[in-house]
Amino acid sequence: MADEKAKDILFNPVFNDNPIALQILGICSALAVTTKLETAVTMCLAVLFVVSLSNTAVSLIRNYIPSSIRIIVQMTIIASLVIIVDQFLRAYAFDISKQLSVFVGLIITNCIVMGRAEAFAMKNGPGASFLDGVGNALGYSVILLFVGVFRELFGSGKLFGAEVFSLAAEGGWYAPNGLMLLPPSAFFLIGFFIWALRSWKTEQVEEES
Amino acid sequence: MANDSIGRTFGVALGVCLVCSVLVSGAAVSLRPTQAVNKALDKKRNILMAAGFVKAGETVSGERIEELYKNIEPRVVNLATGDYEENIDAVGYDQRRAAKDLARSMAIPAGEDFGGIKRRAHLASAYLVSDRGKVRKVILPMHGKGLWSTLYGFIALDAKDINTIRGLVYYEHAETPGLGGEVDNPNWKALWDGKMAFDESGSVRIEVIKGKVVPGRAETKYQVDGLSGATITSRGVKGMLRYWLGEGGYGKYLAKLKQQGVS
Repeated sequence: MADEKAKDILFNPVFNDNPIALQILGICSALAVTTKLETAVTMCLAVLFVVSLSNTAVSLIRNYIPSSIRIIVQMTIIASLVIIVDQFLRAYAFDISKQLSVFVGLIITNCIVMGRAEAFAMKNGPGASFLDGVGNALGYSVILLFVGVFRELFGSGKLFGAEVFSLAAEGGWYAPNGLMLLPPSAFFLIGFFIWALRSWKTEQVEEES
Repeated sequence: MANDSIGRTFGVALGVCLVCSVLVSGAAVSLRPTQAVNKALDKKRNILMAAGFVKAGETVSGERIEELYKNIEPRVVNLATGDYEENIDAVGYDQRRAAKDLARSMAIPAGEDFGGIKRRAHLASAYLVSDRGKVRKVILPMHGKGLWSTLYGFIALDAKDINTIRGLVYYEHAETPGLGGEVDNPNWKALWDGKMAFDESGSVRIEVIKGKVVPGRAETKYQVDGLSGATITSRGVKGMLRYWLGEGGYGKYLAKLKQQGVS
């Protein structure tokens, strides 16, 4: 029974309650970092680290946090974790951190992180909160990777920087789709993803009013 | 509730702040050396790119960078006289820090501040690029305001005539990706190779124009295509070249190099 619950907490956010597709949170970074898989993967790992640990930390002290300052306490914890991630990237993945530039710092304002701290970690134990954090980060990652694969493949004919389609400009056959490199394409792709997801899981379709 | 008493509120706030600040400063301090190495390597990589040793987008290992960098000799130039400053450590000289130090920098008169940078250091770095025992290029750092940010970059001049441009790169800026950010576009950077910085009278002529350069005209060799959708960034690039290559910047130094040759 307990196992099943843990599994639910971990995997529900991936398709059943996806933070981007159903809750429509964290769209901003999904547009910004998905032109290449390399940056998308780094971003996913960074969010995974931040949201799982912030959930755990908030949950550990949830019984001591005065409700009048709970948001700022959550923010402080999240911001600290984000700075640590940013410092690590600058030290060990300098090129990627340069490409991600401001978007690592913006994880602080990523609604998914705040949302999980407030909605889940404040009410549940550290173990469950950790799993919830990992689950939501996975849900976020699924979308980022989906969008990233399409954008890099059709926008620059590559995957992880390795050539898949030979580009017309270099004597190949593929003329890259420039739209894919621009933010609007991510909107379309996320839209398609939500469409597919809701055709599969019809309970996610909102009632027409 | 006991949690909401004033003492408790302060206590929790203080505790959280303490733990978080220890973690953050711990990470910052312990990782700083590695970050500094990365930053220095990145700068060297960009100098090598301006020198033409490394192609844009090419991944090169740290050791390879250090090895190639042996061809590059950093010098420090006194901009007021145009002479080399010998009794200063050219490798460790930090021009950006010096520009912020009131004692080691000067305010640029408003009418001459084409780069929009307000102050500049008295002493500036220059990099001599050797290939097979001879100095081939001179690389000068430059910076200036674009639309959102200050752009930091390098320009490489051919050592033969101190006029032909051999490359231009930016290593730090925060212009709009896809518009002003296209200063990083390899195709655009390639346009600079072979352009002339100065005309016969020695004044700075190189400019970034609006739209495409018409080939075959007298002024073609002084012109580079503008970045579409990035008028202000293009203007910034032109302005900083005008300042740094001109009298207020490296003008005296370059004039001396032209007379005496690069040694």
